Amino acid sequence: MASIGKDTVLVVLQLTGANDYLNTVIPYTNPLYRDNRPNVGIPEDKVLPIDDELGFHPNMGPVKKLWDEGRMAIIHGIGYENSPRSHFRSMDIWHTCEPNRVGTEGWVGRVIRDLDPTSENVLKGVNFGQGLPRAMVLRGVPVTSVSSLESYGMLSEVPGITEEQERAQVLERFSRMYSPAIGRGPVMDYLAQTGQNVLKGADALKIAPQKYSSTVEYADTPVAKYLKSIAQVYLADLGAQVLYTQHGSFDTHFNQTPMHNKLWIDVGRAIGDFFDDLKEHDAGDNLIMMLFTEFGRRVHDNGTGTDHGAGGVAFVIGNRVKGGHYSEYPSLKPEDLQQGDLAPNYDFRGFYSTVVERWLGLDPAPIVGGHFEQLDFI
Amino acid sequence: MPGRDDMALMAHLMRRAGFGASREELEARVAKGYEATVEELLHPETQPEVDVNILYRYFPNLEGPLAPVQAQTNWVYRMINTRSPLQEKMCLFWHQLFATGNSKIDNPPEVLQQIAMFRRHGLGRFPELLVELAKNPAMIYWLDNNGNHKGAINENWGRELLELFSMGVGNYSEDDIKEASRAFTGWTIGQKIPRNPLGRFYWSFEYRPEDHDDGEKVFLGHRGRFNGDDIVNIVVQQPATARFLARHLYNFFVADEVQVPSWNITPPKDPQAIQTLVRAYNESNYDIRAVLRALLLSDFFKNARFARVKSPAELVISTVRLAGNFGPPRPGYQELAFECAYQGQELLNPPSVESWHTGQEWIDGGALVRRVNFAAKLLGDTTLPGIRTIVNQLKDRGNLSPAEFVDQCLDLIGPIQVSEDTRAELQAQAEEGGELRWGTKRQASASEHRVGVMLALIAASRDYQFA
Repeated sequence: MASIGKDTVLVVLQLTGANDYLNTVIPYTNPLYRDNRPNVGIPEDKVLPIDDELGFHPNMGPVKKLWDEGRMAIIHGIGYENSPRSHFRSMDIWHTCEPNRVGTEGWVGRVIRDLDPTSENVLKGVNFGQGLPRAMVLRGVPVTSVSSLESYGMLSEVPGITEEQERAQVLERFSRMYSPAIGRGPVMDYLAQTGQNVLKGADALKIAPQKYSSTVEYADTPVAKYLKSIAQVYLADLGAQVLYTQHGSFDTHFNQTPMHNKLWIDVGRAIGDFFDDLKEHDAGDNLIMMLFTEFGRRVHDNGTGTDHGAGGVAFVIGNRVKGGHYSEYPSLKPEDLQQGDLAPNYDFRGFYSTVVERWLGLDPAPIVGGHFEQLDFI
Repeated sequence: MPGRDDMALMAHLMRRAGFGASREELEARVAKGYEATVEELLHPETQPEVDVNILYRYFPNLEGPLAPVQAQTNWVYRMINTRSPLQEKMCLFWHQLFATGNSKIDNPPEVLQQIAMFRRHGLGRFPELLVELAKNPAMIYWLDNNGNHKGAINENWGRELLELFSMGVGNYSEDDIKEASRAFTGWTIGQKIPRNPLGRFYWSFEYRPEDHDDGEKVFLGHRGRFNGDDIVNIVVQQPATARFLARHLYNFFVADEVQVPSWNITPPKDPQAIQTLVRAYNESNYDIRAVLRALLLSDFFKNARFARVKSPAELVISTVRLAGNFGPPRPGYQELAFECAYQGQELLNPPSVESWHTGQEWIDGGALVRRVNFAAKLLGDTTLPGIRTIVNQLKDRGNLSPAEFVDQCLDLIGPIQVSEDTRAELQAQAEEGGELRWGTKRQASASEHRVGVMLALIAASRDYQFA
């Protein structure tokens, strides 16, 4: 059994672009849903029913399976006050826990700092994708970002250096060029340290795909590839505790139906593959996956799609998650809407706090900037 | 034949005042002379402008209100193709200082308009630039001056003007901020055209006299019915402004200082250098060109070799220029803009009005991997035009000993300087292959390969992170 905070692992799957709450967890028997979604409403016979009020999007089969097994929590009406309904601003708010000012420190960065205060393991937090999400940025906290696990490392793309032997020799040379030498000054020393950390991280990560074997065949989609890399790193037992990736774009202003369909085929399948993989390795007890998006979408559709909203939905999936509904589905009644959008009733920082305290064993207040109501999904 | 020292100095100038220069360009500039080159750099109007007709023929959507998020691509193209590199470097400088982020503006072409304004006014007088900035629609929206009303002020612009854009913390009072904010009431933007259905349109500055508080104000000890321009005129006269601007220019062009938030408690690295720049600022009636002239001609500048960590934009653009595989319109410019973002500098979108943290703080594990891999991938590719040129120049020098091989590579790639430890490793690498020969086809092919590897190692070195 995993020791909370020592071995427990968090996977964050960010749905970028504002996933449509109403068509993901569908109030399919509510007449207001039908009235407001004349064009993009999901037909009742296509919905995957959870109960006689709510159901999942038709392409969320693999996710529903996890729900049926009691391993999935749905956090309803999540958000924060006065949503600016701007992607960038809202995503920044989710990343920095600063709804009222521009923040530059990421909450995951703080988590990594608190999990590994002396930065012993450069793989404590790993992002899979290009660049680094602001959520993971915190000055002084080393974080690894991998765009492709198979080719991660220094000097991995030099056209002339293709042979294994030469590559190894050049890397050895590189490592010597990055040996800290006395009297070169703090910046050079810092560069040496950073370079060596990367080499260490790359060496460690290299074994992840090498050690890995599985009968699960992940789909050939970007999100499935990233989740597979996450699985490989997790299963390789490298001490990585927060693994972050994203998929998008969920910004379905136009042509929502085919777009949202495809998005959930891909994400649903990838999640299914991932948890099957963990199951096969009997490694599902130490990991939970959280899914979030920057806000939900407008209640009334705009003809072919939906525009930016406010209140949204988040999920947490894992063997140790107490499945079920948490918080409340916001009312669709016109008098209860905010500018035509679902009113959020649960602060996202409570969501983070729950995960940070109950799954990672850390004090959430300095990480999310205050005390927020936690839920019992862990 | 230009002397080694002259070439090294010119390379240093072109790295700092531009994005580096090829051997050919360096030789021409050395022939022209250092002072004459500085004058040319200070006068972009004497050089042909980037030919945007060619650019838009290939990329019709790269400018204008309907430009998509690829406004960054537009700027990257200009930085690579400019014949007035100092002008583009000043755009980067002002963008760093007056950091305005698309995350809030949500209108990349409009942010690009601000850069265009820096291109026009960035080498002129500081008060003119500040007034243009105060009227810039993106800046007004960014710092909420459109919410700054007579009788109900919003202090955001007033505060940042004093704190970040001119005087620096500790040189004014909260009351000064309030009075400055009052003076800028009425400086707003016209009604924006909604984004749907036709796309993003440019915004416009609007002055609303009925919303302007024209009452008497007391600002930095001066009393009067000040409007925004009056505030600017008072601000630019302040000794604190001269010192703050000088220190920013020093940090960008001479050597990395500590981070800006510590400037009010940490003295400058070279107080005399700051004094020199302050003097030029005051004696020229606050003319940026004059300050830059004093800077670029100074000994403290000439001697500050490799004293700055390259920003991602500098690293990407200068490496690409060296490799010579970009110039005319072609696919891939957008990816260069993304690369800057992945390395930590998303052009047109600094993380906040306090801007990017520069110097050592450009580097973290993630950024270092990308910087090394990006540069090594280009400089190690002997099929690229700029690298082919280097290979041929090496060939022309005949058979080279390992020491000469390393020496010549460092010379042709910059010239750049590296530390003894780096040189020792490069030398060890060269010795593995022995003499560099070109006599037979096989030798030439092997040598070409060795050149690629050597250049990749130089690109990967710690030293290459500096300019």
